[in-house]
Amino acid sequence: MSRTADEDPTPGAASQTPGDPATADETPRGISRRGLLGLFGAGAAGVAVGGGAGAAIASSAAASSGVDSTRVYPFAGEHQAGIVTPAQDRLHFAAFDMASGATRDDLISLLQDWSAAAARMTRGAEIGDTGAVGGSEFAPPEDTGEALDLPAAGLTITIGFGPTLFTDASGIDRFGIASAKPAELEPLPRFAGDALEPGATGGDLCIQACADDPQVAVHAVRNLSRIAFGRASLRWSQLGFGRTSSTSTSQVTARNLFGFKDGTANLKAEETQAIDDGVWVQAGDGSAWLTGGSYLVVRRVRMIIETWDRSQLGEQERVIGRSKGAGAPLSGGTEFTPIDLAATGAAGQPLIDKGAHVRLAHPDVNGGIRLLRRGYNYVDGNDQLGRLNAGLFFMSYQRSPQQFITVQKNLARDNLNEYIKHVGSALFAIPPGASEGGWVGETLFA
Amino acid sequence: MSTFSPFLRRPVVGATLAGVLALALAGCVPNSPAAQGGSTLSVNIKDDTCAVSAAQATAGSVTFSLTNSGTDVNEFEILASDKLRIVGEKENVTPGQTVDYTAQLEPGTYYTACKFQLIGAPVGLAEFTVTGEALKLSADRQALADQAVSDYVAYIKSQAGELLPLTQQLTDAYVAGDDETARALFAKARVPYERIEPTAEAFGDLDPEIDYREVDAVAEGLDWTGFHRIEKDLWQPAAGALNSDGTSATLDWAPSTPEQRAEFAAKLNENVKELYDLVSAPDFTVSLGDISNGSIGLLDEVAKGKITGEEDWWSHTDLSDFAANVQGAEVAFGNVERLANTSDTGKKLTGTIHTRFDELNALLAKYGSLETGFVSYDTVDDAQRAELSDAVNALSEPLSQLTSVVLAQ
Repeated sequence: MSRTADEDPTPGAASQTPGDPATADETPRGISRRGLLGLFGAGAAGVAVGGGAGAAIASSAAASSGVDSTRVYPFAGEHQAGIVTPAQDRLHFAAFDMASGATRDDLISLLQDWSAAAARMTRGAEIGDTGAVGGSEFAPPEDTGEALDLPAAGLTITIGFGPTLFTDASGIDRFGIASAKPAELEPLPRFAGDALEPGATGGDLCIQACADDPQVAVHAVRNLSRIAFGRASLRWSQLGFGRTSSTSTSQVTARNLFGFKDGTANLKAEETQAIDDGVWVQAGDGSAWLTGGSYLVVRRVRMIIETWDRSQLGEQERVIGRSKGAGAPLSGGTEFTPIDLAATGAAGQPLIDKGAHVRLAHPDVNGGIRLLRRGYNYVDGNDQLGRLNAGLFFMSYQRSPQQFITVQKNLARDNLNEYIKHVGSALFAIPPGASEGGWVGETLFA
Repeated sequence: MSTFSPFLRRPVVGATLAGVLALALAGCVPNSPAAQGGSTLSVNIKDDTCAVSAAQATAGSVTFSLTNSGTDVNEFEILASDKLRIVGEKENVTPGQTVDYTAQLEPGTYYTACKFQLIGAPVGLAEFTVTGEALKLSADRQALADQAVSDYVAYIKSQAGELLPLTQQLTDAYVAGDDETARALFAKARVPYERIEPTAEAFGDLDPEIDYREVDAVAEGLDWTGFHRIEKDLWQPAAGALNSDGTSATLDWAPSTPEQRAEFAAKLNENVKELYDLVSAPDFTVSLGDISNGSIGLLDEVAKGKITGEEDWWSHTDLSDFAANVQGAEVAFGNVERLANTSDTGKKLTGTIHTRFDELNALLAKYGSLETGFVSYDTVDDAQRAELSDAVNALSEPLSQLTSVVLAQ
């Protein structure tokens, strides 16, 4: 059935240019096979479709949904997808722990199985040999099926390794990889304002699934969790919506739940030199197996939004350091005008408050450090006090965890701290991308 | 003949296995004598003993010459090493009767036992060792299927038979107001029921009357009876305690009067007798798929009710039910294992399932055993419950493939 078409890369897909991550990871292929099947039927699916037809389908899908849901990002590549890929609208993030008693072979087979399934799902295909409905009537379907008829929706699946994968809490090297543990892959230090909950902290492994359709992202994590049963199990997970960061100049700046534009000054995929300098682990950085990879920091930042919502507009803008409407720095100009930290008002007061978030997070006060942020909003129902359990699921990719640590330490006196608390935290090493037909993590076990 | 389908939750296989379903299990069907083995042993059956003339035999055909020198009808059973799964039985040996029963036995450890009046716990349980060469596996899938079905039906009957006196003992203490004794018997009485739970669930009204939790009975507008009604009288809620759905524990509930206790006791004994009669009917059978699906279903029971602690809300004896469900699942798996092993895919699968059963059983053993009792489930914290849940998930995934492999032609 639909598998055949899936094996053929869509003609016209960008060839990957080594050393140019923006090109390699970002260029959409334009067609999903599920979308194709829906329009043409299985008969046409095996036939190579010209770029023109693909574009037509893509545009009709885009017109109906508001986003180009037919985007397909290849799973294989120099770097894993889902990092400099233009941030999709939805997130399902999951942290896993390896099963007690799991072996090195279990870990390797899990990464192989995850990679194989991820390669299929990111193409918009069902997982397994028989998919959701092609198998025995007497066996559970291999694929859970809720993504049938949905396009790939720009799905990316990014896999990472936590510090405890290398040595567990008791210092035990369960999988024979302790000697390959990057020196920088240590649990993050305690920061001012941390109120971490074990239910949203740490993990041996992580999966970041991003897509423009929440059901596609959830389908990915659900099926990968199922594949893991007996080898690894979910430790905690997070759904996110409304990307709060733009990672490409092609995207408008989105807003977080405080109502402010977030990520105006973020690293963008198009800044290839800055990305190489700040996001990708380079040869000679320490752990050769991680070259081309990155480090992912995740922080669940609970917002006390009820308090925030009753603070005055002027106070809100002072706390952030930007105008709420246009996102322009309070030092003047428009959204993308560089922030002038030295600017003062008529009374000599700094226009960007001493404790403004944009000041304390600014590269100029952090030794030039920039992070590639990829956060999402979250609302997980409400707490027992009737307050929305809402906030920012912060994610940042960087060449070294030290970049995040430096900035976060500088945020100790952030005006914003009155309205937020960090309740979850984790750090993961993100291996380089899988080779075609290979698997994520292969370089670690080579 | 009428055919009960004991596992309604997955009523999948009836049509494809008409041949199996047509097999009426009127007592035990003796196996045909084989070339191997050939030893004959005598068994002297009395009401309270079950003496086999030797504790070992050579693999192959083993004939047991059974003599009932007791006062009432009896039964001879050969159990697998788990002392649960029946690999052969001869029922209805009447007083004064001598009858030959021949079983085909593979090398391994077994247990022999008798069952006075065909109910209750096995009597005279004794280890029985079979040595020698493994039998040549029958290439006849139908023969393997027939054997699996007849053994599993015998097992259901034996468990229903064990349930009767245990329930009686529990309710006797309950009616007498001897709550301490009743509390000690509660979890134990439920074990045979939990081992064959999907069977009872197939009989429409029976499971709700025997095993419904209060919140479910209320939701369906049923009169709340059965084990859990008794449980709440034995472990009476403290002031301010809540039901599992968050309602007040005393909402439409008050401790039973002695008269009500007598009523609930009589009703439960009546229900479990009805269950025993239904599964003992000559035309009661199951399909092959029912057996493997029953194994999966029992694990689903664990995942749904026991792991959360909702099943035994007042007594916190959930781990006993949990372990009994797992035992039941393992027996059902054991019944169809040889059939699954007729393909390479099947062999690989049963190997994984064995490993995962072992891992789950090892984890459960940290909390006690059915013989010595388990810790109260309210002392098992969330992290420990998650660990148990992981082990159940790890087993359930390969187990969910069992039916397709067993039914593969």
